[in-house]
Amino acid sequence: MLNYDIVIIGGGPAGLAAAVSAKRSGVESILVLERDKELGGILNQCIHNGFGLHTFKEELTGPEYAGRFIDQLKDEKIEYKLNTMVMDIAPSKVVTAMNREEGMFEIQAKAIILAMGCRERSRGALNIPGYRPAGIYSAGTAQRLVNMEGYMPGREVVILGSGDIGLIMARRMTLEGAKVKVVAELMPYSGGLKRNIVQCLDDYGIPLKLSHTVVDIEGKERVEAITIAEVGPDRRPVPGTEERYTCDTLLLSCGLIPENELSRSLNVEMSPVTSGPLVNECLETNVEGVFACGNVLHVHDLVDFVSEEASAAGKHAAEYVLNGAKHKESNAKDIPIVATEGARYTVPKTINPDRMDEKHTVRFRVGDVYKNCYVSVYLNDQRIIHRKRPVVAPGEMEEVVLKKEELAAFSDLSQITVKIEEA
Amino acid sequence: MYDVVIIGAGVSGAASARELSRYKLNVCVVEKEEDVCCGTSKANSAIVHAGFDAAAGSLMAKLNVEGSQMMEELSKELDFHYKNNGSLVVCLHEEEKPNLQELYDRGVKNGVKDLRIIDREELVKLEPNISDEAVAALYAPTGGIVCPFGMNIAFAENAAVNGVEFKFDTEVTGLEKKGDNWVVKTSQGEIETRYVVNAAGVYADKFHNMVSDKKLHITPRRGDYCLLDRSTEGFVTHTIFQLPSKFGKGVLVSPTVHGNTLVGPTAIDIENKEGTNTTQEGIDELINKAGTTVKGLPIRQVITSFAGLRAHEDGHEFYIGELEDAKGFIDCAGIESPGLTSAPAIGKMVAEIVKDLTNAEEDPGFVGTRKGILDPKTLSNEERAALIKENPAYGNIICRCEMITEGEIIDAIKRPLGAKSLDGVKRRTRAGMGRCQSGFCSPRTIEILARERGVDPSEITKSGGNSKIIVGINKDRI
Repeated sequence: MLNYDIVIIGGGPAGLAAAVSAKRSGVESILVLERDKELGGILNQCIHNGFGLHTFKEELTGPEYAGRFIDQLKDEKIEYKLNTMVMDIAPSKVVTAMNREEGMFEIQAKAIILAMGCRERSRGALNIPGYRPAGIYSAGTAQRLVNMEGYMPGREVVILGSGDIGLIMARRMTLEGAKVKVVAELMPYSGGLKRNIVQCLDDYGIPLKLSHTVVDIEGKERVEAITIAEVGPDRRPVPGTEERYTCDTLLLSCGLIPENELSRSLNVEMSPVTSGPLVNECLETNVEGVFACGNVLHVHDLVDFVSEEASAAGKHAAEYVLNGAKHKESNAKDIPIVATEGARYTVPKTINPDRMDEKHTVRFRVGDVYKNCYVSVYLNDQRIIHRKRPVVAPGEMEEVVLKKEELAAFSDLSQITVKIEEA
Repeated sequence: MYDVVIIGAGVSGAASARELSRYKLNVCVVEKEEDVCCGTSKANSAIVHAGFDAAAGSLMAKLNVEGSQMMEELSKELDFHYKNNGSLVVCLHEEEKPNLQELYDRGVKNGVKDLRIIDREELVKLEPNISDEAVAALYAPTGGIVCPFGMNIAFAENAAVNGVEFKFDTEVTGLEKKGDNWVVKTSQGEIETRYVVNAAGVYADKFHNMVSDKKLHITPRRGDYCLLDRSTEGFVTHTIFQLPSKFGKGVLVSPTVHGNTLVGPTAIDIENKEGTNTTQEGIDELINKAGTTVKGLPIRQVITSFAGLRAHEDGHEFYIGELEDAKGFIDCAGIESPGLTSAPAIGKMVAEIVKDLTNAEEDPGFVGTRKGILDPKTLSNEERAALIKENPAYGNIICRCEMITEGEIIDAIKRPLGAKSLDGVKRRTRAGMGRCQSGFCSPRTIEILARERGVDPSEITKSGGNSKIIVGINKDRI
């Protein structure tokens, strides 16, 4: 059996940043396991720019952004294995992995960082009726075919879902010579970033139809037409509003699901809202020494925040390895953070006023679009943050910064509440 | 010149081919699709029915019970997935208990073994998630579940190894008598044969009616299904039917041999024999009815929905035999549920009919066993490591949801009647059948298919014909 202090599951942006940070925090023995043939994860197919504005203060493409971290990983001489699938993680922190060269092998880890990323919601999970011909792709699959392999998956395209990958692919397919006829979105608001709607749809004259969904797929062998219809407040199609588009392709960008099958085998406690692990301010799960970061924890909009989160996970995992259970010692209790009234969840789920850094960024998403509202934070029933926001939307992650001194000064703190308040 | 041409490479046609390959006969199967198992056989409940449903004394009842009894041994001979999980017909209303008794009595008449009516207490022990409304159930310990693709493919591969020829993408367009023989006209030319077996599923009436004055009428009866993720494994362990009654027919909730949970089917009579589209109404009906016999069904774990067509003949009976007014033409028609269960017995019956007509001798070279695609998950870690050392492709996971390796996919492509398309690979290996529904693995599977078949990736289809996945290269039309 191999032995490493920290084993990181996934060599995408989260795994890379976690590895570099753990190394710089003093742990020598680190192994990154990546199932694909190169490091960088999904960034490798994100050839558009806009990455790194926060981290590097410049606009990079996905592969460039990944390249920066891969360089750091190599400078730090961190070990990694490619084309390596993790088959199982036992609660004893024995990782079973497999690749062509080494076959099946086991690794005993002291700490594990979960950084497996997410997958796209498929047509089947959306219960879209109709035939099942070729020509239906998740936006990410189409992105891989076009951007990494140079293949056109279709000529005339309808897109369901206005998640960021769908928006980006509307532009990409157009640039590669396809005709994108319409983007339909079930919700009355887009699931993607505002800047992507402007730069990927508006700039190319692609219509975005909010409160619309696909009600029929025609074509026995290859997609021949897609029918969309308006949905009512119950999100059910309204009869009589059907519009039929002849096309050969349907792209789906209807949400991302953290890939936590391995976490479950480890008995990691999961959030039903994010489908990711519940973590404390160290990004540690309920299983001691198991940390999570990036899209496996909760789906992010910006890779910069993934890197930031993963760096924290790497640092805390290193502290755990160096100090053992002592890393958890604290003169204070873990305080639960409750997301309510418009806020759907928070990461982290608990925070320890003694253990936390001077400042801690709590990230969350809202469940609806709110205009001219306030993002509020309460310590017990005392409001400490009341920040005016012109608009908040589910497609854009929100954050509040908690200060150690404020939490420490509050005696009998039993609950922190994050909510949206109307003006 | 063939001795026998079988129309259709579904489970009935493939079972017949395999049984006929025991004899010194020159047999050919013609199939309009690019692969075996492309019609009714691929989209059904995957159930091995115990046999209490069919009318006593019917051929359906006889072949159902026979097929069910043959299934376990056959699954070992031909190496396909079968599990004897037992089935339960759940009674939800006290006043319907007589119907349960009726079903029991019919089952006994049909020769179903070990049937019992159980009370709620025993039912809850067998299925903790059973509905609070359930009052009793008919328990059929001989009921089972099977991989429908696995069985169909196993029959076909074994037939091919024993000399049966398969012609794919070959649609039968006409049938003509020529002396004592038949000329089968197809999209790929004419084929002459002494005997024709009509195993054309929903199209069996079309070919029957070409040669006979006693008409058949087959209605495609659409059934929608929802398949739930393997994470639901264990939610139910038996196949759960709802006792049909004035309150409706209900839908079944069953585990599959691979650990998914299957919910369905609806029953909607349609005209279009290719109408395998699901509808909003159908899916809604499933979601509404699924919770009737069980409580807390995790319907949100659905990973795909699909529809299959039962070949429902007006008389609701299997029609198997040589036609009186068309000598040499053997029907294998009206094969709807329990057709999958009956397939082994159907194959045997068809083969016996042909043998009697031809006096064919047994072929001493017949090989009755077949080895399926090696599933490395069934090996110990040591065995698996040794396998990878010998063939590194078994160390390369392609489908991460179902953990399917490159080695398995190559095997699926290279074996007799190997996979040519993504769906062909999927039905043989399960690559692409998991929770991401081939989102991650399809580009890699295309690459492997293209490499192993020596064609350009743009030639690879989802399921043959015009179902191309790649339509060109970037900017080729700019």
